[in-house]
Amino acid sequence: MSENTHTQQHPGYGLYILVWAGLVGLTTITVALAGFNLAGLTVVTALAIAIVKSLLVTNYFMHVRTDSPVFRVFIFVCIAIFIVVIVLTFFDLTYRFPLK
Amino acid sequence: MNNEATINHGHAHRDDLGSKMGMWLFLLTELLLFGGMFILYASYRYMYADNFKVAAMHLDTLIGSVNTILLLTSSLTVALSIAALQRKQTRFSVYLLLFTIVAGGAFLVNKYFEWSAKIGHGIYPKGPEMANLSDGEVIFYGLYYVMTGLHALHVIVGLVFIGFMVVFILKGKQTFDNFQRLENAGLYWHLVDIIWIFLFPLFYLIH
Repeated sequence: MSENTHTQQHPGYGLYILVWAGLVGLTTITVALAGFNLAGLTVVTALAIAIVKSLLVTNYFMHVRTDSPVFRVFIFVCIAIFIVVIVLTFFDLTYRFPLK
Repeated sequence: MNNEATINHGHAHRDDLGSKMGMWLFLLTELLLFGGMFILYASYRYMYADNFKVAAMHLDTLIGSVNTILLLTSSLTVALSIAALQRKQTRFSVYLLLFTIVAGGAFLVNKYFEWSAKIGHGIYPKGPEMANLSDGEVIFYGLYYVMTGLHALHVIVGLVFIGFMVVFILKGKQTFDNFQRLENAGLYWHLVDIIWIFLFPLFYLIH
């Protein structure tokens, strides 16, 4: 059972460095974009880039891509709970306490 | 039964997959802990969009960017360190972890100067500058201190965790075929990195 995780071929140094370069590149893009006035799109683009970056970290640095699918299930359930709570919160903010 | 069972015969029972699952479950509770704060942030930003913009202008984007690069690079070196240990390059693996500790330490030093500058300007709970700020700005700085503070606490814990791994590798307790504890330390460190990936644009890059 446990040897599964060990016999797996882990990615080489090169792939890790490539992922790191991608992460640094995305950081540069997100900082550069913050200088422009994208109006309503500012938050959306910043979050989209942050999501891509975290996918790179989880899939490659944290090995989720090559690990047992059970970890993807764990993460999916966690994110699903988070999304449900944030959607319900915003329903509340928009319709129950319209402050503006 | 299987190879590993015979190899480990006479040693303590080891279940790497179980260990990793436990670590992931813990990490996801951490994610929800920060998730709750992100929801709080999102709600207040929705209510005080303009005030948040004004307050965020006063955060130093350069320090934020440098810290982002530091954490990303330290994540890389942790990942590389595990790969190095698997290839029996023990010394290289230790050096990579030491680099991680230095980068994490540098992150904290930057954070210290950043917080000191804000506190120096009278921005802290009941500080002299707080009376001149709008409600939204006060909330922004409150969230800034709590969220980056809790994150910095996680950086400190991660550094101690990695420090133990250096000792374990040097003592031969973590080896090329037995490195789950190092892997778990790495997972924790990457999570700390991911949280910063979201904190950075949300606090430093609002314009």
